[in-house]
Amino acid sequence: MSGPHSPGRRLVPAYLATAGSARPSRNTVDRITIVAGASRDVPEGLGPAQHRIAQLLQSGSLTVVEVAAYLRLPVSVVKVLVSELVDSGHLLARAPVPPAGRYDRQLLERVLSGLRAVRG
Amino acid sequence: MGFAPSAADMTGSVVPAGTDAVYLPADHTAVKIVVAGPFAVGKTTLVRSVSEIRPLHTEEVMTSAGALVDDLVGAAAKSTTTVALDFGRHTLPHDLVLYLFGTPGQRRFRALWDDIAVGALGAVVLVDTRRLEDSFEAMELIEERGLPYVVAVNCFPGAPSYPVVRLRQALDLHPDTPLVACDARDTTSCVDALIALVTHLIAHYAEDPA
Repeated sequence: MSGPHSPGRRLVPAYLATAGSARPSRNTVDRITIVAGASRDVPEGLGPAQHRIAQLLQSGSLTVVEVAAYLRLPVSVVKVLVSELVDSGHLLARAPVPPAGRYDRQLLERVLSGLRAVRG
Repeated sequence: MGFAPSAADMTGSVVPAGTDAVYLPADHTAVKIVVAGPFAVGKTTLVRSVSEIRPLHTEEVMTSAGALVDDLVGAAAKSTTTVALDFGRHTLPHDLVLYLFGTPGQRRFRALWDDIAVGALGAVVLVDTRRLEDSFEAMELIEERGLPYVVAVNCFPGAPSYPVVRLRQALDLHPDTPLVACDARDTTSCVDALIALVTHLIAHYAEDPA
């Protein structure tokens, strides 16, 4: 559970990482929304935290919660930053199965057959 | 807990974080299942047993009132606390990727529940037969959110085993709610508990396209 940083108070408050934005610009960002960089290059002119997100997602796709874990940022902060990066076209987002569709029989059958395959 | 990024961390002047990131295959759709229960019941162990990546954790910032900090500016004046949340993932055939979230089953974490339970397929509630009642709060939080669940008895060595009928009675389970035995250290056993949940979902919740 211990990372490379010693426990202690956060030196930069979370609200500075988002430049004062308190809420995601889109409320569709879930912890398991999959995000990826929209281009191969890390865009110029981003704030430090957004730059790190763009850098991390330059090489592939991850969910919002994985971005938060790898960058050691609170999920609520990453949601705000990711929303802005999606709005500005820097990131592409893939929504998870919507709550209304989660009990679709076909989806559940796919999950079940997937789990059986994992079990071997 | 290893959180609390340093100033250098936040300005990106250190080695790029996430170089050990295991990226997702293209075009996958994410689904999630909640793993709930009291402290030290085996949530982290189960998540670790199923996860194909090194299990990760986030630090969730809570106010003393038990709210997740969404209003970051207003939160500066409140007293806050953090709770570590373990999660893992497993890529499934058919372009799916399953996320498991170990979620503490205490009512003071209800705001966290509101965030995690949205869109979750269901939950696995872990119980320890030496302290069944410790899992009641998690079961209530799940029921309040209308989330289907299975109860998995984590078979700790030396813990008493009871007849299923008595366990169901003691846990006051709905007749349809599955009760399974599980060894959280054993991957196959954990996957079986997940299979029991999804089988339950198909039997009682599956909807056919209109």
